[in-house]
Amino acid sequence: MSARRLVGLETEYGIIRPSMPKANSTVLSAQIVDGYAQLVRDSDSATRAARWDYADESPLNDARGHSVSREEAHPSQLTDSEPTLEAENQVWTAESIALDGNDARVGATLYQENDTTDVVMNMVLGNGARLYVDHAHPEYSGPEVTSPRDAVLWDQAGDQVMRRAAASAASLGSGELLLYKNNTDNKSVSYGSHENYLIPRDVEFSRLVDGLTAFFVTRQIFCGAGRVGRGMLGRGAEFQISQRADFFEAEVGLETTVNRPIINTRDEPHANWDKYRRLHVIIGDANLGQISTLLRVGTTNLVLSLIEAGMSPKLELADPVSALQQISHDPTLQASVALRGGRRMTAIEIQRSYLEAAETYCAQREVTDPDTTEILNRWRAILDTLEQDPMQAAGQVDWIAKYSLMKSFTERHNVGLDDPRIALMDLQWADLRLDKGLYYRIAARGLMETIFSQEEINAAVDNPPHDTRAYLRGMTLQRYAPYVVAANWDALSFSVPGARKINRFHMPEPLTGSRAQVGELFDAQLEINEFIDQLARHR
Amino acid sequence: MTQENFSARRENQAQPVETEQVQVNTTGTSAGVDDLLDEIDSVLESNAEEFVRGFIQKGGQ
Repeated sequence: MSARRLVGLETEYGIIRPSMPKANSTVLSAQIVDGYAQLVRDSDSATRAARWDYADESPLNDARGHSVSREEAHPSQLTDSEPTLEAENQVWTAESIALDGNDARVGATLYQENDTTDVVMNMVLGNGARLYVDHAHPEYSGPEVTSPRDAVLWDQAGDQVMRRAAASAASLGSGELLLYKNNTDNKSVSYGSHENYLIPRDVEFSRLVDGLTAFFVTRQIFCGAGRVGRGMLGRGAEFQISQRADFFEAEVGLETTVNRPIINTRDEPHANWDKYRRLHVIIGDANLGQISTLLRVGTTNLVLSLIEAGMSPKLELADPVSALQQISHDPTLQASVALRGGRRMTAIEIQRSYLEAAETYCAQREVTDPDTTEILNRWRAILDTLEQDPMQAAGQVDWIAKYSLMKSFTERHNVGLDDPRIALMDLQWADLRLDKGLYYRIAARGLMETIFSQEEINAAVDNPPHDTRAYLRGMTLQRYAPYVVAANWDALSFSVPGARKINRFHMPEPLTGSRAQVGELFDAQLEINEFIDQLARHR
Repeated sequence: MTQENFSARRENQAQPVETEQVQVNTTGTSAGVDDLLDEIDSVLESNAEEFVRGFIQKGGQ
């Protein structure tokens, strides 16, 4: 039991080209990925990349023990095949590759010498992350990390990757592309920022549902990103805590794009299936603030540990979807929601039940690692502050920082939240440009607590975490990219001069491939054949 | 310039150092927001209504 666990964060970014408002967003997203690919191609060192390998993807497996057929699935659920820019766009044709076992084509890397018209839709980066076009958004899926702090660091690195990609795309002639780390256009559409948590397979899924629902419904009070408007259409000019709350319609389900569920059942561990499940969390808001992200991941890790230990509070909401929205719609945090049986609790009270259960468990078992201690301390501190006066948490919590800025604006100009500039502030809060994004303008004035400097974030753009298989993936791409024909979460495929077959190295254990285990291979500066031989001995 | 009140230096991917109690620049808060509001017209995109109307996304996950 601790706040440490294998975690990966993914973000779909909003994207527009202001000079061409009707531009196809899939094309714009591809320009972002291609822009980054160009940067990588032009650089000698780190930031190497390879094609994504779809062989191990299975998005239609349901954690409840069945699968959806491809015919029944919503088209957007078919995330295991390479998206292509449709011919109707008449812009590019992107080669579609779905690598399977030894079928990978030699020469399909980014590094082939001959000029091609391929547009890169999907790549693996030298820091172990994946950068690709997901539906109509550019997405960064961070490398696997083991602590909440590292989750924050490589999530922030993703924002920096996107900034660099947008600058590179502009220099290649795409025009100015603006990226937003938010979750809705306020015109019916939402896009996600997902969290992935590794869990032992023997934890029954029903226990996760029972233990997590009330927690997920209420954690928004310290990690919501704030939004003006109600419902999927963003009607009215009232402030609410969460970007995502009004887009959820179900308690449990497999879908992620329609009829969104509080608990998503996609069962695709990207690891040894018999040992692990990957809890795919779709309910979170994308956070620019480092502390909101830290709390989101750290507290979720602790609650998962409570569930595994059978010590999660028994809190059953009468109507979880409605409770999610009631809480989001009340920035005073006074709203109480009904539990089954009629009792009512506020979001703060529900969070306190989880916190106290975690504190009790950690005290009993003498869990004192620094990550757990930090998360417990911060969790208690933020709930205390929110209870006294939510606005006092403006330096830590994204929605409160945004709300506080908007309130100051309306007071100064004597206008209401229906002023058009408030809607713009809501959007521009999440603009990734450091000189335009309102989050960054506030942070630049020292008003947002941070735990990582821009220098540390930049280092995480180029380098993988040390303690997971992301280290092996990222370092392999940094050193041996020309020989990597494909890579995904749990495999690397090499094509070596002289060898007829593709050499595929599986990584079903997410904690193997760490610096402690394979660092010496990279320190030894081996030739590729020697590297693959030595690596095989680490299987 | 980002103020790093609580920056725990990452040392070789090691554990974070003990975090001191969280307090962010509360004394400067309203002054800092005022300062930003002074320049907000130059930071915000011009023609707010039109810009927001033009932000149209396709569905995502």
